[in-house]
Amino acid sequence: MSAEPVVRLADVSFSYGGPLALEHVSLEIAEREFLGLVGPNGGGKSTLLKIVLGLLEPDAGRVTVFGRPPAQARGQIGYVPQYTAFARDFPMSVEEVVLLGRLGRTRLWGGYRRQDRALARRAMEETNIADLARRRLNTLSGGQFQRMLIARALTSEPRLLILDEPTANIDLRAEQNIFDLFRRLNERMTVLVVSHDIGFITQYVSRVACLNRTLVCHPTAALSGDIIKDLYGTPVRMIEHTH
Amino acid sequence: MSAFPAALLSQPFLQHALLAGILASIGCGLIGSYVYVKRITFLAGGVAHAVLGGMGVAYFLGSAPLGGALVAALIAALLIGWVTLRWQQYEDTLIGALWAVGMAIGVVFISRTPGYNIDLMSFLFGNILMVSGSQLWMMAAVDVVIALVVGVFYKQFLAVCFDQEFARLRGVPVDFFYLLLLCMVALTVVLLIQIVGLILVIALLTLPAATAALFLDSLLGIMAAATVLGMVFTGGGLALSYGPDLPTGATIILLAAAVYFVAMGGWAIRRRLRRQPSVP
Repeated sequence: MSAEPVVRLADVSFSYGGPLALEHVSLEIAEREFLGLVGPNGGGKSTLLKIVLGLLEPDAGRVTVFGRPPAQARGQIGYVPQYTAFARDFPMSVEEVVLLGRLGRTRLWGGYRRQDRALARRAMEETNIADLARRRLNTLSGGQFQRMLIARALTSEPRLLILDEPTANIDLRAEQNIFDLFRRLNERMTVLVVSHDIGFITQYVSRVACLNRTLVCHPTAALSGDIIKDLYGTPVRMIEHTH
Repeated sequence: MSAFPAALLSQPFLQHALLAGILASIGCGLIGSYVYVKRITFLAGGVAHAVLGGMGVAYFLGSAPLGGALVAALIAALLIGWVTLRWQQYEDTLIGALWAVGMAIGVVFISRTPGYNIDLMSFLFGNILMVSGSQLWMMAAVDVVIALVVGVFYKQFLAVCFDQEFARLRGVPVDFFYLLLLCMVALTVVLLIQIVGLILVIALLTLPAATAALFLDSLLGIMAAATVLGMVFTGGGLALSYGPDLPTGATIILLAAAVYFVAMGGWAIRRRLRRQPSVP
């Protein structure tokens, strides 16, 4: 584990013009960490992601990713957005979408190189969608679509993988498989998963950051019903698990 | 209609018209497909109508209206693109305003143009039968530019249309490619104004791609099919309008719309048949 954290937020505040969406948030994510970011809807999770990705500038505080301003570190980040935001009838194949991960790494003009296709194939194999390469987007299930977006992020060979609500609208069995996949990926890259589903996330991640405008971190083992009650304002069903 | 093939062989203006239709279809197939998948028909309509401003100014100054159209289309595309990038929440209001302001400028300048009153109708509804040889060369040049740009930056345009945010994160200069795409839309609009005029442009820009998209599911396939459909619509419209002496631009649009609605019906029936279980 290197001394330099992968992501460092120091006293970051942000507002969209009204009340603060993030208030004095400080967070460090270490190399190879598997961090779960949880919190209620509207708690600032997406805002925090956009700041780490360099899509939003904080009003106050400092942000670095791999020791650099986020916008300069983007090449090292694999981003998996929420799949509900996509037009499912867009005329593309799975392979075409996965290849988009090579943008910025491959040549500027014309088609993709052979090496790009090889990397896309490897990413599709890793996410178990290699047999879907020629399939059209409108024929995919929710879980398959999600895997395609993960493969697209992996194709860019990231050192930090950021996933926004990867388990939204996916059936439970698929969800288990997807977290097993994240754990395997975590062996070679840092993983940040955003989820509102605290019950699931705690089984896999090494640390949980609870965000509701302000941020509190817990080792997974220390999560109790009281902490969750503080965060969400209501008791949440807990899953017993040991580490 | 039976007289059309014979007339086509003997009349150079019909040959020019047919060739103009074919040239316009290439730009229309390539760029119309992007307009369709990116859902920017309204934006393309704004560019098309704002073009009248440039044509009016060019007429007033005594230069070629098509040159004025080209300049006005590019300015309108960049202006509208800039507006949608910066003030997205007012996008439809501002596009609507530019749409009307362009036309108003055009009408004012045309009314101030000395000499005989020019035919406003041919700007608005096109005049495919009046295409000159030099205009054909210009259309061919515009096609070459469009094909080159699309060929070189196909994957960037695809990324910007499918997932702008991801493209930005991959280091693609999204704003640049978005504006470049709109400039290509502007060039295509100028191509099509020759054929159907600026009011009917939107239909010819989107209907071939929309028809193709009902049955094809790759963007390249849609582009190829939309190009062929564009040729069928312009050529067919020309032939249909020749005998009864109908306005050609309007006939082309009605043919394109008729084919689209029939195709929609066919698509809906096919989908219903697929959904129904074959075994009772």
